Amino acid sequence: MSEIASRVREIIAQELGVEMDKVKDDANFVEDLGADSLDTVELVMAFEEEFGIEIPDEDAEQMQTVGQAIGYLNEKE
Amino acid sequence: MKELEGGVAVVTGGTRGIGRAICEELAAGGASVAVVATGEDRAAKAAGELPGDGHAGFGCDVSSVEACVNLIKRVEDDLGPISILVNNAGITRDNILVRMKDEEWQAVLDTNLSGAFYLMRAVSRGMMKRRTGKIVNVSSVVGLTGNRGQSNYAAAKAGLIALTKSVAQELAGRGVQANVVAPGLIETDMTAVLPDDVRDAMLGQVPLGRLGAPEDIARTVRFLVGPGASYITGQVVVVDGGMVM
Repeated sequence: MSEIASRVREIIAQELGVEMDKVKDDANFVEDLGADSLDTVELVMAFEEEFGIEIPDEDAEQMQTVGQAIGYLNEKE
Repeated sequence: MKELEGGVAVVTGGTRGIGRAICEELAAGGASVAVVATGEDRAAKAAGELPGDGHAGFGCDVSSVEACVNLIKRVEDDLGPISILVNNAGITRDNILVRMKDEEWQAVLDTNLSGAFYLMRAVSRGMMKRRTGKIVNVSSVVGLTGNRGQSNYAAAKAGLIALTKSVAQELAGRGVQANVVAPGLIETDMTAVLPDDVRDAMLGQVPLGRLGAPEDIARTVRFLVGPGASYITGQVVVVDGGMVM
């Protein structure tokens, strides 16, 4: 697993309060990991802080699964 | 140590009337106050007259979303993370419905309602992240009762109440509280222009038998943003001498 992917997974587990083994690539934040709409906003804010980038709302809306977040952040790094 | 020490408060419409009194109370409580008004010079002058240090004045037309976003950035750069937001800026363009111009309607909605929305949205991420924040929106008893000749103002002030309750529900889980203060008849420039007979008639509706002072509102705001109100959110506190019960 790439370093970015593992950082992303850790943030997701921590922000959403779920076990690491639940944070699979195809896991949907809302449907599988129990996030509500504000949780997803906070998750994006945590990504912004960790990677020192700004994620526009349009991009944030496209990030609905763990895999999508890893893909997006891989591209940005 | 004063109860608001270390806090940064943004108060719109902060150079006159109720807003000025709010700035003075929050400064007296130990907060750094960002005094906001349409004119930066006037805001800076008012900030310089507040008790204590760490205050600054900012010019902002709250009816402009860009200006609001920019204001929040500037305040956080200059004074630090915002812990208190008081949306007090308000204008009146009174007219009866049949004569009310589109511009009169729009101007009042833009400043009194949209301005509060723009600023709440702009501060909410930071407050959520820090798990703390106090928002007080200054509405009016007119937002509860309506008032002839003020359909625009009453609609904006009523909208502010529902806006606040919605935000209070959304952000409660993140430690952010939002409440409304609804002043009645208060002695300010805004009420000074009322004809004597109108004023007297309104005073007849006030059980406590006097006009309110700006300080009556300001002390309530200070309470709502302080530790004494830590279990209060989504509420409308009516400060009107008993006019509306």
